[in-house]
Amino acid sequence: MTREEIIKPENLVYKKPTLMNDNPMHYCPGCSHGVVHKLIAEVIEEMGLENKAVGVSPVGCAVFAYNYLDIDWEEAAHGRAPALATAIKRLWPSRLVFTYQGDGDLACIGTAETIHALNRGENITIIFINNAIYGMTGGQMAPTTLLGMKTATCPYGRDAAIHGYPLKMTEIAATLEGTAYVTRQSVHSVPAIRKAKKAIRKAFENSMNGKGSNLVEIVSTCNSGWKMSPAAANKWMEENMFPFYQLGDLKDKE
Amino acid sequence: MAKIKGAVVVDSERCKGCNLCVVACPLDVLALTTKEVNKRGYTFAQTVLEDTCIGCASCATVCPDGCISVYKVKQQ
Repeated sequence: MTREEIIKPENLVYKKPTLMNDNPMHYCPGCSHGVVHKLIAEVIEEMGLENKAVGVSPVGCAVFAYNYLDIDWEEAAHGRAPALATAIKRLWPSRLVFTYQGDGDLACIGTAETIHALNRGENITIIFINNAIYGMTGGQMAPTTLLGMKTATCPYGRDAAIHGYPLKMTEIAATLEGTAYVTRQSVHSVPAIRKAKKAIRKAFENSMNGKGSNLVEIVSTCNSGWKMSPAAANKWMEENMFPFYQLGDLKDKE
Repeated sequence: MAKIKGAVVVDSERCKGCNLCVVACPLDVLALTTKEVNKRGYTFAQTVLEDTCIGCASCATVCPDGCISVYKVKQQ
């Protein structure tokens, strides 16, 4: 059987989700953001919410997320995405409202907004991309940077005596009464990507069914910030990030 | 026994040559170009072992830029 005989529309098993448009993404080669964008697009398509989804993009690398997914987007001030999402969801309860934030946005400048929105049990989903570094601004130390990890602003490695300890936002969120589903996933391999997709789907379903707020943390790579190749960054993440940021569901209020 | 045959199509202009698909492929079907680059200056993934592909879509799943389409047929 020739290649031309196989490449026919009826034999298609995987393609770029239709919600993701043809604009070339500005992310570095191998960045985890692209995979998460794809998962969000796939889940929204599967749930048939193309016309009902409203995303809130952060300040950080994902600031241009609205250029790539053809749904409604709002751009929030730095860290204020959960506050904006709260407003959208309260005024427009029939919409699927989610925020897409990085660790600098969610765990640093937006800590208060994030914790209070989750604690109020707003029916929103927060997608939290944790790559332990400030990617967009050039690889500075973030609240989630691991102890001993080298960044532009802690070139000798993060030292607890000077810089404090890494912040586990997802663990904090799991202790709050308002959260329905809190999970930590990753997108480094095919099984992990499938699990992450299920987690995003569950979180979106919860927020549509009014069960409370949902936090999906995706432990990600920033190969440019970490100064590694994409494949090496995935390996480094498995060896160093996963022991500290353990994957799995932290809270699931059925 | 039915044999599964697959084919991948890479959107080479969209590809940034991150190499993740090459690592993810269980059968080494894909490889990056060594001399050729696309319009934006990236080397890109291409099929090197056409007959081996089983259409598992691992490459397309891990592709951060959604450059890969996968086709699959069951041969009788």
